[in-house]
Amino acid sequence: MNIHEYQGKEILSKYGVRIQRGIVAETPAQAVEAAQQMMTLTNSKFVVVKSQIHAGGRGKGKIVGSEQRGVQLAKSVEDVEKIATNLLGNVLVTIQTGEEGKRVNKILVAEDVYYPGASEPKEYYVSILLDRAKACNVIMASTEGGMDIEEVAEHTPEKIVKEWIDPAVGLQGFQARKLAFALGLEGEAFKEMVKFLTSLYKAYTDTDSSMFEINPVLKTSDNKIMAVDAKVNIDDNALFRHADIAALRDKAEEDPLEVEASENDLNYVKLDGNVGCMVNGAGLAMGTMDLIKLSGGEPANFLDVGGSANAKTVEAGFRIILKDPNVKAILINIFGGIVRCDRVATGVVEAYKAIGEIPVPIIVRLQGTNAAEGAKIINESGLKVLSAIEFKEAAAKVTQVLQEM
Amino acid sequence: MSVLINKDSKIIVQGFTGTEGSFHAQQMIEYGTNVVGGVTPGKGGQTHLDRPVFNTVEDAVTKAGADVSIIFVPPAFAADAIMEAADGGIKVIICITEGIPVKDMMMVKNYLENRDCRLIGPNCPGVMTAGECKVGIMPGFIFKKGTIGIVSKSGTLTYEAVDQLTRAGLGQTTAIGIGGDPIIGTTTKEAVELLMNDPDTEAIVMIGEIGGTMEPDAARWIKATGNKKPVVGFIAGQTAPKGRRMGHAGAIIGGADDTAAAKMRIMAECGIFVVESPALIGETMLKALGRA
Repeated sequence: MNIHEYQGKEILSKYGVRIQRGIVAETPAQAVEAAQQMMTLTNSKFVVVKSQIHAGGRGKGKIVGSEQRGVQLAKSVEDVEKIATNLLGNVLVTIQTGEEGKRVNKILVAEDVYYPGASEPKEYYVSILLDRAKACNVIMASTEGGMDIEEVAEHTPEKIVKEWIDPAVGLQGFQARKLAFALGLEGEAFKEMVKFLTSLYKAYTDTDSSMFEINPVLKTSDNKIMAVDAKVNIDDNALFRHADIAALRDKAEEDPLEVEASENDLNYVKLDGNVGCMVNGAGLAMGTMDLIKLSGGEPANFLDVGGSANAKTVEAGFRIILKDPNVKAILINIFGGIVRCDRVATGVVEAYKAIGEIPVPIIVRLQGTNAAEGAKIINESGLKVLSAIEFKEAAAKVTQVLQEM
Repeated sequence: MSVLINKDSKIIVQGFTGTEGSFHAQQMIEYGTNVVGGVTPGKGGQTHLDRPVFNTVEDAVTKAGADVSIIFVPPAFAADAIMEAADGGIKVIICITEGIPVKDMMMVKNYLENRDCRLIGPNCPGVMTAGECKVGIMPGFIFKKGTIGIVSKSGTLTYEAVDQLTRAGLGQTTAIGIGGDPIIGTTTKEAVELLMNDPDTEAIVMIGEIGGTMEPDAARWIKATGNKKPVVGFIAGQTAPKGRRMGHAGAIIGGADDTAAAKMRIMAECGIFVVESPALIGETMLKALGRA
């Protein structure tokens, strides 16, 4: 589960990680109030206004139909009001949102931390994530802060340092020191970085996170180390033991069809194609999407109805798939192991009748337990449904349907 | 011969008296699997499905001689159940549970490191030795005793592959569902290695998914050890977008190396018969064996 920058920073702050402070606002009036508070707190006229959406690249991203950037420096309260008006309620397109962009519902009015002082401010990069092959967490750090880390990895991999953490004992002091030395820090900034990394790792494990990306981590002109941004991703499987974090879910950031699917216990991911599909099992669902592509179509979605496909789940699946206007055909692919195909077939017929007219051709492939009985139910139902038993037969029918359109 | 489990394996079910555990234990018994009992803490001494219930795995090992365990306990308690099985002396631990937190699996993997046991899963359909022993949730009737071994991250795709093989007249030795989580007990390479070393297994079907590097690792090992048996391979998720979790917790494209295209390319380079369509697994195996 993804959370917003401001929410991530609140979590980090609880664990003693120094953060760029800020106040979240949902209206220009709230933004003005927030700016006044921040200006008093920091004794500065500058604040940074940051769009809160679940996507990176906000600083370079632009609001649709204008040249307004997603993150802007404001030099007065009037500035803040103007920027807030330009951002709130509008759609921001960044390198990670796709063309359709994301609506900005919240902004963070944050302190300006690039103030002049004894030394030059400098940006670093720190992330924590799972190394699947080693089955442990790895901390990655780089002197190339503020940059796209994938580019750094490709062109100057020597500028990324890594420390793997033994899950039994956690991050050790020598590892945090190694990383801080590798970043070329010394004196007060070195000590601050060691503390920063130690607190950050504690926050990561305590919250069952699956990814922290702090980019940039800033060394301020007075040698403080702080998180200026925070991309925090929590392990969905662990949310049952973090009710407080689960409550941070922002459904407005998710596709409405995906929200509806999750409310019906369906595992659905919306895609851009023209053939919808409904499948039992995640692997077979991906395999079915691949088959649609090989048959000349493009998958409109991933949908795993799970191990208990019945009339209710099939109907919910149909309704969700049909809400996507791009869908021109639907392929249902069920391999009945524990699930009985005749029950699924009955479910399809009932769902079809409950929904009324389904305006697109449907191909139903039932295989496994009671497959023949299932096919019989479909064929005798009088519905406009093409039935198949073998997987390649289903593929051929998808091609046929697409050619007839 | 077969790998991991056979007709002599003595199986216990952890989470025996729960809904899932009861249902699948019954199915396993009907297949002829030698289920010697189960574990449900607090219900020790009772009888369930005509078999004894024990309070601890250790009891089941000492009193019933169990050497294989299958785990159906809920995600919050699954890590504990796996470690109990390992500590109790179980040699093959098969965890079906889906939804175990990654942090728990990290601890489990670490705990198992120097112990004499093997974990299969979690988030897997279990292991099936055709005609002998079913320890999992795979439908028994699609299997036929034979010479093809199967390694797969996905449940229903395993059934699909087995069904195509059986229809092509090719029976199976053992199907190993390794699971779709980011951290699993037995890797693709380790499962393939078991089947490569099994004298009764003539050829292997290897089914993977987007995410991680287990399939390319296995492919490189197959090549390095001289491609001793034909391997047919498929990777699900050729059309999956980057950065989205496709059902399985582990099925997510992180970078350029863990896409289906990248994995399939490496597998083909290593001499694996790669199929683009999951509908062609059976046919391709016949070709790989020179019987098409």
